[in-house]
Amino acid sequence: MRELLKMHNITKIYPNGIVANKKVNFSVNEGEIHALVGENGAGKTTLMKILFGLERPEEGSIYINGSKVNITSPIVAIKNGIGMVHQHFMLVPSLTVAENIILGIEPQKNGFIDFRKAIEITEKLSEKYNLKVDPKAMVRDLPVGMKQKVEILKALLRGAKILILDEPTAVLTPQETTELFNELFHLKNNGHTIIFISHKLREVKQISDRITIMRHGKNVGVFNTSDVTEQDISRLMVGRDVILKIEKTKSKPGNVVLYVKDLNHINEWGKTVLKNVSFSVRSGEILGIAGVEGNGQRELVEIITGLRKLDKGELILNGKVINDFSIRERRELGISHVPEDRMVYGVAADGSIAENLISDRFEKKEFNRRILMDMKKVTNLSNQLIKEFRIQSNSPKQKVRMLSGGNIQKVVVAREFSSEPKLLIANQPTRGIDVGATELIHRRIIELRDKGVAVLLVSADLNEVMELSDSLIVMFGGEIVAYFEDVSYVTEEELGAYMLGLKKQSLEEIRRVLYA
Amino acid sequence: MHKEVLFEMMRTLVAIFISLIIAFIIIFFVSTQPTEALSKFLIGPFSKIRYFSNVIEMSIPLIFNGLAISVMFQANQFNVGAEGAFFMGAVAATIVGITMNLPVGVHSIFAIICGGLLGGFLLFIPAILKTKWNANELVSSLMLNYILYYLGIFIINYYLRDVNAGYMVSYKLNSSALIPKLIPGTRLHYGVLFAVAMIVIIYYFMYRTKWGYAIRMTGLNEKFAEYSGIRVNFVILYAQIIGGIIAGMGGAIELLGMYTRFEWQKLPGYGWDGVIVAILARNNPVLVPLAAFFLSYLRIGADLMARMTDVPSEVVSVIQALVIMLVAAESFMAKWRHKMVIKQAKEEISMANGGNSR
Repeated sequence: MRELLKMHNITKIYPNGIVANKKVNFSVNEGEIHALVGENGAGKTTLMKILFGLERPEEGSIYINGSKVNITSPIVAIKNGIGMVHQHFMLVPSLTVAENIILGIEPQKNGFIDFRKAIEITEKLSEKYNLKVDPKAMVRDLPVGMKQKVEILKALLRGAKILILDEPTAVLTPQETTELFNELFHLKNNGHTIIFISHKLREVKQISDRITIMRHGKNVGVFNTSDVTEQDISRLMVGRDVILKIEKTKSKPGNVVLYVKDLNHINEWGKTVLKNVSFSVRSGEILGIAGVEGNGQRELVEIITGLRKLDKGELILNGKVINDFSIRERRELGISHVPEDRMVYGVAADGSIAENLISDRFEKKEFNRRILMDMKKVTNLSNQLIKEFRIQSNSPKQKVRMLSGGNIQKVVVAREFSSEPKLLIANQPTRGIDVGATELIHRRIIELRDKGVAVLLVSADLNEVMELSDSLIVMFGGEIVAYFEDVSYVTEEELGAYMLGLKKQSLEEIRRVLYA
Repeated sequence: MHKEVLFEMMRTLVAIFISLIIAFIIIFFVSTQPTEALSKFLIGPFSKIRYFSNVIEMSIPLIFNGLAISVMFQANQFNVGAEGAFFMGAVAATIVGITMNLPVGVHSIFAIICGGLLGGFLLFIPAILKTKWNANELVSSLMLNYILYYLGIFIINYYLRDVNAGYMVSYKLNSSALIPKLIPGTRLHYGVLFAVAMIVIIYYFMYRTKWGYAIRMTGLNEKFAEYSGIRVNFVILYAQIIGGIIAGMGGAIELLGMYTRFEWQKLPGYGWDGVIVAILARNNPVLVPLAAFFLSYLRIGADLMARMTDVPSEVVSVIQALVIMLVAAESFMAKWRHKMVIKQAKEEISMANGGNSR
């Protein structure tokens, strides 16, 4: 096998001081599927962004076919035959599949875009690579797996020989994943080279020829996939043996804390995103919501927490109807919320750690004297939470922006967990953070549960939602399609079938989730 | 964090330095007596107590407007209505000064309070438009300035105009309303003490009270504030009302300290200068007096230069514009900052490596 791509001595330091890559060497052979694995935050995505020209490295050089290339922008990368499918798709939702695929390289006729030609191109391409898409469908109406195919086709049309896939399976169900893998094998047989970023080891074992493992921004080893076991890989990734199982006792559910009754919601684009959603969360239990992202979970959380207006239905917290309560009133009643996107809702990045820790309680008597705030108490609380949640920082005055993703999430979690909640809503609580922080957050959630807090957990990470939840509901197309009273009896494949909408429980089965 | 502050100060100083250099180049081209002009410009304000006092006098309205704008900008509200609020604050003080008879001291303070209340009420208008109907506060406050200007002129002209004065001014204010001079022989008045007090009050308000905290969090990330349960709309309202109060008080103090009757025929422009001051001070109340002093110094220096040499005072506008542009340009010196970050990160790496080998 011939070396096709070489990245030599790459160092990348972000403006906030985080060193994402430290003298990384990375090499890919022609015609292989090369897995790039590592924890979240290990620097995989950064390395690939450098290869695709989205980030400039501080040091290092890139060679393609032995000659040095200077990749200053994605345009240059594409010219060099590199294509990238991002974790978050870069498609225009209001355009059709064909229009998205030809965007920027439109076929023209008399100065106008030749739409018929565009459809033709898409069909040919789709056939050649065995990636079936409907050229005339609107991208916004497509399921996630389909969008991904469009992204791959986009890259192929632009002449990509090296295809970078950034965590392509993170948003897919088990069934869709299998389909994707078949397509990738097909591409490989056609002579394409694929870089596959992932931290799901089973998939990596299944699909890749070779593996590069990254940890803390460094390359810690390159192996033939057949030479290493999953255990070996995970040890290298994390630097120690990982306990994949989350330890917890059986839950002892108490009274119903949150009762959601017949929630319906139409979003700002007139699409029905929630249909007759009813469920209850009891104290002392973790109710998980599984489902492919974009099936109503976000809107549901926003409505319960008060960020979104409720159209139809009822929210009852400890016997009180809270439909019209403001966010502040809901918080006062004991709702805590770990938001999906920590940088948008979770923190004020340019505020200090202390300022971020008190945002839900700064008006309370204990932090205020007559006019001025009691800064000593604020500092004490901050120091205490920093210690308790092991937030790595210089001082409570440090700006949140300067922290790593895991530590930023710890700031959010520290605030939300320490407010003595009755109901905790955790939406993707460990997305994109390292294993250490993940473990800490999981443990704390279980601690809260054992203290009698009702926990509603939303996670796109199947592993997390299955390990952490006591019982589980599945959402598809804005509806609850399944309820499992005891998660330990559910398999991933079964869950996948519900998440894809292939299966649906009867109304009676689903209604079991309503406890009076 | 400390380094960040230091870097920002460095950046501002470099921006000032570059714009001064460019101004000097311009002076060398347009003047037949460039060295003379330069020395008047740079050292002139220090040459006499009266000139230096002029610098301080002019700083006072700049401080008030700078503070007003800072508070509103910290809430991320680009309300530029300080100009109109300042103007109307002076009108309110004129009304109180002419129509009422109160003891010395009480009269001034009452007039200042009236100016502040009027200013607060006026900037409540763009604020409520924003929270109720999401009207852009920049546009509505900009328009409001013109309305307030004509309203003020109308009030003075039709009700308070002194027909015997020969030009368009109000009656003389009762002397009990005027703010006395601090240093005899200069125009420096007790208003400077109000300005200092205001700086301290606003600093404590912004950084030590829950209301200031809410303003800052709303400004840093409105979604975060809302998510945390802060009543964002209420914060947006009171931040602008407070801005209006500060500007209105500033207007009243300026009138009572520097004039004996209302003489402005057009907007004095201090509200706009407040924007410049706030940008230079990075919306930090503590830095506002420095920025105000700097701007005022430039103005007085340029004025002296224009009076005594052949260089027009407009040169100052060039400097101002350049400083603002360079300071506002986020990426100005970004490479330098990035180098700083890299250096620090590398030090940390080598330290960490050293730690491992031990």
